Amino acid sequence: MMDSTSLPERIRRDFPVLQRQVHGKPLVYLDNAASAQKPLAVIEGQREYLSNYHANIHRGAHHLAQLATEAFEGARNSLATHIGAADSKEVIFTSGSTDAINLVAHSWGRSNLSKGDVVLVTRMEHHANIVPWQMVCEATGARLEPVNVHADGTLDLEHFHAALERFQPKLVAMVHASNTLGTINPVTDLCRAAKAAGALTLVDGSQALPHMAVDVQAIGCDFYVATAHKAYGPTGIGFLWGKEDHLNAMPPWRGGGEMIQRVSFEGTTYNTLPHKFEAGTPHISGGIAFGIAISWMNAIGMDDIAAHEAELVAHAHNAIGSVKGVRIVGTAPQKVGVVSLIADGIHPYDMGTLLDGQGIAVRTGHHCTEPLMDHLGLESGTLRMSFAAYTTTREIDIAVAGLERALAMLR
Amino acid sequence: MPSNHPLIESRQQEVIEDFSVFDDWMDKYEHLIDLGKDVPTIDDARKTDEHLIKGCQSRVWLAADETEDGGVVFTADSDAIITKGLVGLMVRVLSNAPAQAIAEADLHFLDAIGLHQHLSPTRSNGLASMVQQMRLYAAALAARQS
Repeated sequence: MMDSTSLPERIRRDFPVLQRQVHGKPLVYLDNAASAQKPLAVIEGQREYLSNYHANIHRGAHHLAQLATEAFEGARNSLATHIGAADSKEVIFTSGSTDAINLVAHSWGRSNLSKGDVVLVTRMEHHANIVPWQMVCEATGARLEPVNVHADGTLDLEHFHAALERFQPKLVAMVHASNTLGTINPVTDLCRAAKAAGALTLVDGSQALPHMAVDVQAIGCDFYVATAHKAYGPTGIGFLWGKEDHLNAMPPWRGGGEMIQRVSFEGTTYNTLPHKFEAGTPHISGGIAFGIAISWMNAIGMDDIAAHEAELVAHAHNAIGSVKGVRIVGTAPQKVGVVSLIADGIHPYDMGTLLDGQGIAVRTGHHCTEPLMDHLGLESGTLRMSFAAYTTTREIDIAVAGLERALAMLR
Repeated sequence: MPSNHPLIESRQQEVIEDFSVFDDWMDKYEHLIDLGKDVPTIDDARKTDEHLIKGCQSRVWLAADETEDGGVVFTADSDAIITKGLVGLMVRVLSNAPAQAIAEADLHFLDAIGLHQHLSPTRSNGLASMVQQMRLYAAALAARQS
């Protein structure tokens, strides 16, 4: 195995933005869970498409349309291979994870949920895996039930199994890795148990895709969603993977061009997968660049990325642990590169502002997980440092020193 | 640039002068934190949901009272100390001034002292919403007065 400490040294020069300064200090970018920076391959790939072969896809009778279609569909194939899809038509391009969850909630949900049915989620879900289900529950009379989370940030498995038995949910939606706590959920076990209880499963892999190898067959879920921009790709593009049988049975959600076979006022017939769910012209440059981001990660190796980030988390836990009056929120044994913390009597916003002044980018607040913050009794949220393949232990040391300086000013 | 009421303009100039001694970013924030620690806070009994500016990372409470001569007195507070310092500066500039002058105030001082980014809605610290509330209250009062 490659020496993981050398990983950032090998790849940092691929990221132009990491060379810049903020407020006169070298940028220390620790907001990767919100969005990761882009390597040159992704930037250039998008530029290359826009400069050399932009055209609308799937229809044009000309050379550029063919090149663009091949590149876009090539990206779909890369993605399908990367996550272990049985067929690339099981991969639907969406605008991101939020859009993908909404697709399942509105298409599958509205045609399969009815009064008294239950959708089970966890209390550590991002709002994107809560609100679409609330909306579809409101429309169908179904009910949303949450599974508790322990104080250390792990899922309450006893409660999970009890909820499966008690509610007999139609669908269980769960986050693969928590964007606030870093917790990696045992999704394979959870999906097996949910399936045994007769439920379908949706896994939100937004925070997993950039950090570990994802295999939807091994996980055994029915739906898997993720977004490109947290995985070194562009914004505005993501995907839904679903088992072909489910996707075939689901009605289209949005109508328009691309998703039809034939349109007439007497009746319209819909296109086949994956186009049935891709109404309108897609984010072509984004899709192509997403494929490049996937190739870029694979060239490094997902296992090397995961090993490097595990080392960063251990380093951060250790360094933060020695800061007086600071507590790490989320200490699950299996974590992605996310470290949340709070300080006694100090508002996270104040810490974040003073870190920004030192060129250190973090996120503060509830991280779009308000129910989790309420559940853990963290009214003002947390300060979150989140890592990527290019993050160094030195950067973490700078951030922790910056944190100590901020705390000294605020106390 | 709209011309400010002399009272509001002179208060802004005072703040700009206070901050002119700090050229280092951290010194400026240190001063802001000190201000935050000294700001006369809102009466605890008024720190209710009614006075809370919602939807922000740091919570901001704002209360407004009409004075006998038709002006407005503001008191405010925040649970974040830097926000509280900024809130205090806003109160210092706008409180105890005629309603019309508050509603029309051109708040250029934050820009001048290099803290304008805190008024950006993306900071979600509640300051932009608070200033909007201050103006709305003053404008409503001014409308009643005319």
